[in-house]
Amino acid sequence: MQNLILANLLTEPIGVAHYVVVSAFMFTCGVLCMATKRNVLGVLMGVELVLNAASINLIAFGSPFLRNDANSLGLDGQLMTLFVIVLAAAEAAVALAIALNFYNNHDSIDVDRADELLG
Amino acid sequence: MQEIYWPSVFFLLFSGISCAFAVGVLLSQNIVRMAFYLVLSLAATSGLFFLAGADFVGAMQLMIYVGGTLVLLIFGVMLTSQERFIEMHTWAGDWVKAFLAGGALLFILVSAAFSVPAWQSMDRAEAEAVVASKTVTPLGMGLLGVRVDKPEEPDAARRDGMAGYLFQFEIVSVHLLVVLIGAAYLARAKRKRDLPAVQSDGSQ
Repeated sequence: MQNLILANLLTEPIGVAHYVVVSAFMFTCGVLCMATKRNVLGVLMGVELVLNAASINLIAFGSPFLRNDANSLGLDGQLMTLFVIVLAAAEAAVALAIALNFYNNHDSIDVDRADELLG
Repeated sequence: MQEIYWPSVFFLLFSGISCAFAVGVLLSQNIVRMAFYLVLSLAATSGLFFLAGADFVGAMQLMIYVGGTLVLLIFGVMLTSQERFIEMHTWAGDWVKAFLAGGALLFILVSAAFSVPAWQSMDRAEAEAVVASKTVTPLGMGLLGVRVDKPEEPDAARRDGMAGYLFQFEIVSVHLLVVLIGAAYLARAKRKRDLPAVQSDGSQ
C-alpha cells in the first residue's frame, strides 16, 4: 500500500489536494510556532508561515495544471496571492517596529514580559 | 511500470524542502537558525508556485518575501540578539499542549483535503494536454482594473464576478504608505531615558 502511494505520486499528476496538504502542514507549523515561541520574532515567523500557507492554497485553487474545470479560481487566486505577499511585508514592518520598541523600553524580547496591560 | 511524471517529482522535492524547514522553524530554539530555516522554506514555496503555473507570483515571492520581508526579520534578529535571547526554551508543558492541538488540527485539515472529489488529481493525459500561458500581462491588466483572461465567459453571474482589482490595488497602496510611515515613527531612534543623568555626570 505504501509502495503504491509512492508510485502513484511519482507517475501520476498531483492535484489540488496535495497542495492543500502541504499548505495545511505549513499552517499547523505556523500556528504551533505562534503558540510556543517565547521570542517575539519567533511568533512573527509563525505568522509568516501561516500567511505563506494561505498563499499556497490560493495558488493551488487557481492553477490550471491542478484543476482545469470551470470552477477553478483562475487568475483571481494569483492576484489575491500578490495582495497577501504585499500585506505580509507591511505586517512584518509594523510588527518589527513594535518589537524593537518593546525591546528598547523593556530590555527584553520575551513575550511573557509584555504583561503590563494584564491581558 | 509507467514513466516517471517529472512535475510530480519536483512537487515532492519542493514540498519536502518547504515542509521540512517549516518543522525546523518550529522545533529550533535558536532564533538565528529559525530565520535561516524560514528563508529556505519560503524559497522552496516559490518553487511550488512555479510548478502550479504562477510564474510571476513565484518571482514576486522570491523578491518581496525572501528578499525583502525576511531581510527585515533578520535585521530584527540582529538588533535584538543579546546573548540571553538567542536561545529561549519553550516550557515542556507548552510543547505537549501545542502538539496535541496541532495534531488534531492537522488531522482535520488533511482529511478534509482528501474528502473533496474535485480536488483529486487529473488523468495524466489530461494534465499533459494543459497549455501553459504567461500570467504577467493578465495580472498587470487585472491590477489596472481590466480582466483579459477568459473574456468570453458564458455565465453572466460569473462574468460579473471577474472584476478588476484596481480598487483593492489603491487600498493596498494607501495601506502600505500608512504602515511604512507608522513603522518609521514607531522604530525611530529615541533618546535613551538615562541620557540626562549621563550628561550631568559629564558636565561635573
